[in-house]
Formats: sequence, structure tokens, C-alpha cells
Amino acid sequence: MGKIRTPYLLLLPGFGFLFVFFILPILNLAQTSTQTAVGGGDTGQYEQTFRFQNYIDAFVENKEQFGRSFVYALIATLLALAISYPLAYAIAFKSGKYKNFFLVLVVAPFFTSFLLRTVAWKQILGEEGFVVPTLRNIGIISDSTTLTSTAFAVVMGMTYNFLPFMTLPLFASIDRIDPRTLEASGDLYANGFTTFRKVTLPLSMPGVVAGTLLTFIPAAGDYVNAAILGSPNTKMIGNVIESRYFKIVDYPTAAALSFTLMAAILILVTIYIRKAGTEELV
Amino acid sequence: MSFDASSARGDLILTRITKEYGDFKAVDDLSLTIPKGSFFALLGPSGCGKTTTLRMIAGLEEPTVGSIHLGQTDITTTKPYQRPINTVFQNYALFPHLTIFENIAFGLRRRGIKDVDAEVNKVLNLVELPHLAGRKPTQLSGGQQQRIALARAIVNRPALLLLDEPLGALDLKLRRQMQIELKWIQKEVGLTFVHVTHDQEEAMTMADTIAVMNEGKIEQMGSPADLYDDPETAFVANFLGQSNLIKGTISGNDGDSLIADVFGQKISLPKSRSHAVDNSIYVGIRPEKFRISLLNTPVNGNVLTGGRIEDVSYIGVSTQYQVEMPWGQELMVFEQNDDGVAPFNKGDAVNISWAPVFTFALRGDEDVTAGSEVNPEDPDEE
Repeated sequence: MGKIRTPYLLLLPGFGFLFVFFILPILNLAQTSTQTAVGGGDTGQYEQTFRFQNYIDAFVENKEQFGRSFVYALIATLLALAISYPLAYAIAFKSGKYKNFFLVLVVAPFFTSFLLRTVAWKQILGEEGFVVPTLRNIGIISDSTTLTSTAFAVVMGMTYNFLPFMTLPLFASIDRIDPRTLEASGDLYANGFTTFRKVTLPLSMPGVVAGTLLTFIPAAGDYVNAAILGSPNTKMIGNVIESRYFKIVDYPTAAALSFTLMAAILILVTIYIRKAGTEELV
Repeated sequence: MSFDASSARGDLILTRITKEYGDFKAVDDLSLTIPKGSFFALLGPSGCGKTTTLRMIAGLEEPTVGSIHLGQTDITTTKPYQRPINTVFQNYALFPHLTIFENIAFGLRRRGIKDVDAEVNKVLNLVELPHLAGRKPTQLSGGQQQRIALARAIVNRPALLLLDEPLGALDLKLRRQMQIELKWIQKEVGLTFVHVTHDQEEAMTMADTIAVMNEGKIEQMGSPADLYDDPETAFVANFLGQSNLIKGTISGNDGDSLIADVFGQKISLPKSRSHAVDNSIYVGIRPEKFRISLLNTPVNGNVLTGGRIEDVSYIGVSTQYQVEMPWGQELMVFEQNDDGVAPFNKGDAVNISWAPVFTFALRGDEDVTAGSEVNPEDPDEE
């Protein structure tokens, strides 16, 4: 008997934590999302009226920001994948004894604050930075074009900030590939590109799926990058929730938006995992 | 175009190949011809350059100096996927994400072969595993994976099949069985097999011709029987089986034979089996060629007298004796257990005799321990 109980007892603190800090807040949030303002009451006074219309109102009002969130997150995810794949591949197969050193470099940005790094990007892309003058000099952008407060800056910021979340799972997957299977592919008449398509990529799919999820999900709900690097025209759903909650003190709308975002991500992720067919992989 | 290489057929010719990694010469000025249709073994201890040689033939490494020809076609710098050469890798390197069927079909599909199903099924039947077509490699036992790796390579009917320690991961019994099967399959499909191994027994069981490699060079090449009966160097004498090497001096000539003086006793050996350059030699005799007799029993052939049995180990098929000679050396003698009992005991005073034709002679300045202290169990290579 005791033997059977021990694992459950060990799980108890974890369950307790999740209950207090995840289940209860979620229930609270669900409750808030269908409240309405108390007639004649103060700002921030709401009562439960089970008004599910809140969801529809919130969504209709913020369609644009929802769409933008997913488009930005998607672009940032694809960019991060394009940057991370060769990086992870090189660290796994080409870095030899410096493998751990390079992995530390990938994680190193986490040693400073997310916020500070994003502010740093504002400077890099700003008028005084070296990027804008250089691009102007070589004529890639016109003299009147700026990079800060643009969608470009927001997407760049997100790509940069979430890059390690893409690189690490990709590395873990690629590092597990036996280099001899790649040699075997070459031996069996596959050139470099075919080997990548038929062997390397399929074998690294678990990493691709994990990396894209770990990048896309937080990116879709992110508001820091849009707040610091964007403009009112690049507002994402995270920014709306933040302003509804902290500035306008419109709790029900903020809660409804949060739930809608959660549901939308859940649906997208489910479809994606189904399509990627990860259960088929090793 | 380089794709001409894919139709190349004929003998494989390595000409003065050297492969350097920094200061280390893995392969040193090696020349070799492997005739079409043969079962050829590259045998040597780990680090002798045999795997590097194989990888250069496969196209996975490029020689620093030298050229590789397949028939008339120079394939020295041809990419692996453009060579009509396939490899059975050490630990097989099957594609874990593909079924057994797709693993075998991989090469056929890349070459755009039409009837993939028929070809794959044919080779699955050859290795007697048609029922596993739908499985994934991880669901197979080591022996089964080994056969699939072989099937994946031979389905392409390459001009040359390379086997890199293909049986190293199997247990002894399975290994013996696969050795016989591999030999049979080679005859069946009629391809040229080049087999790299550190296991001398494996090489001798399977190969028509063995090249013994040491420190990036070929020590000796020949049929298993030639190498065993007439080794030219101490390395070959020790690496292939065991040898008794006794210091001696050539003291005379008798027709086709040489007379040698071994610590005061005269023996004779065939001239054709002397690889000495001067009078100083090592006399070599394989342990199973020796016969032991009690002091006053009359014997024929070469006799060394004054021995004393130091150790007796009964190992079933034979009994192994350590016999200490008057000059302090211990000789190894394997006696067949024809009569079921070990007739000699520790401490017996004995003579050792053997037929003179079984004697070979090595240069007197050889290192007699060469090839005997390598660890053949160490499977890692370069």
C-alpha cells in the first residue's frame, strides 16, 4: 500500500501549487469575463451577470489586433526557424569540443532582463544606431524611412527574444541524429539537398514542432515588443489586454480577450500537431 | 559529367594512397588492387587505417595523395552519391524514421528505379526477413538490423560492397552464423565485397584474399592459408593466430632447405619460407604444428630437446601446453585431444618435434611482440 501511495504523495506539492496558482486564477478569470459594470458604481466595480455577449463584443472590437498578433507571431516563428535551424545544425554537428560553449552563448541573453534587451533593440534600430544610417547609405531604405515604431521592429524584436526557445529544442533533436545515417544517405545516392529533405529534416521534426510551439505561443500573447518597439498601428492583442486591465480597468473585457486568445492558440496548436504528425516520429 | 562514375565497373585500384590528419598519417602510401567479384578483407588492429581506407573508397573521405580507380574510371574525388559503391555501416545506420521497406527502397528511389516493390521484396527474401517490411528499425533485433543493412546495400547491385565491421555488434554465435551467410550471399549475388575487420577469424572464414594492415601500410596480402602458413613479418605471424618465434642463425644449405642453429640444436626449414635478409633469423612454428614426446621416444623431423612442461590447460578440443626450453623461452603447444586424455603432466621432461615444412623464418631484427599486444576487442577506429 505505502509503495503505491508514495508517488501520489510526492505529486501533492505540485498539484497544490497548480491548484492555487493556475486553476483558481483561471476560474476567477472565467467568472470575471462574464461580469458587467455595476450601474452607477465606481470604475472597476463589476457584478456577475453571465453576460456571454462580452466575448463577442471583445472579439469584434479587437479583430484587427487578434489578426495582427497571429500574423506577427507566425512571421517571427518562421524567421526564428530559418535562423535557428542552421545554427542548431552547426552546433550539433560542426562545433566539436566547443559545443557546450556555443550552447551557453545561445542562452546567455537570458542573463539580462527581457525588457532591457528589447529596449536595446530600440537603440539598435533607432536613428542614432548604426543600422539605419548604414541601410540609408547603401540605399536599401530611403532617407525618410525609420525602423522604430514599425511592424518590422516588432517582428524583429520578437524573433530575437524568442530565438533561444527555437534553437534549444532544435539542437536537442538534431544532436540526437546519428551522423552515420547522413553518411548512409549519401552512400545511397542522395545528394546533400535530398539527404536534408529525406533524412535530416524528418529526424529533426520533434525539435521543429517543439521549437515552433515554444516560439509561437508566447509570441502570440506578447505585448512587450509591440509596446517598446511598435506604434499604435502595431498593437497586438497582448497590448489590448494590458491596457484594458491596467489602464481602463475593464476587467471583464480583458478576461474575455484572454480566454479567446487561449482558445484560439489551443485550436491552432492542436491542428498544427495533428498535421505535423509528431506521434509518428521516433 | 561525373555521373559517368555510376556505371563504372571492374577491379578497384588504389594507387599510392596517403591520408593525413594533421601530423598523423592514417594511411601511408598504400597501393592495392581488389579484383572484381572477390571477397576481400582488410584486417588489422584498431587505428591501423583500415576504416580510413574504406571511407576513402566509399567517398566519405578524400585521400591527401593518391588515386582511386574503379575499372577505367577515376573516382578519387567523386561524391559518395555518385559512386556505384554501397556500404554496410558499423552499427548499421538504418534510417530510424523509415520502415524497413523504405530503408531498403531508399537507394532505388534516389536512382529512379521503376520496380521498387519487386526489387525490395526480392532482397528481403534473400535475407529471409520478408515479414518485417512494415516495421521500424528500432523494433528489430541486432541480427535482423544487420541483415536489413546488408539488404539496403545489395539491393542497389553496386560494383563494390563495403562492409565496415558489420558483425562487430553481434554476439559470438550470431556472428559465426552471419559469417557463413554473408559468404553465401556474396556468392549468390556475385558482387565484390570489401570487408573491414579486426577479427582475424572472421576475415579468414569469409575472405578469398586478406590484406593485413598495420600503421597505415599493408604488411602482407594473400589467401588466408598463405598468410597463416607463411607469414612474412612478426606482426602477421602474431596477429593471425599465435606463433612461436625462436631466435636462430642460418648455418647451412641442403637443397631446397636451409639448416638453422637454434640454441645449439639443428633444425631444417624450406628455403621458400625464409623471409630473412641475412643469417640472423627468427624461426617460426604455429603451436598446433608441434608434437610433444617423452625424452626417449624416437621422433621424425625437427626436434628440440630439453623441454619441461610448465603448464597444462585442457580446453576441450585441444590441450594447450606451455613448455619451457633450456634457453628459458616458453613455447606454446596445442595438442588435439584425439584420445580424450591429456597424456602429459606438469613437470614432464619432453622433446618437441614438428615437420620441417611447417617452419617459417622471419628477419632476425624483427620485434617479436609486434601484433601480439594489440587489443583486438577495441572496436573504435580512427
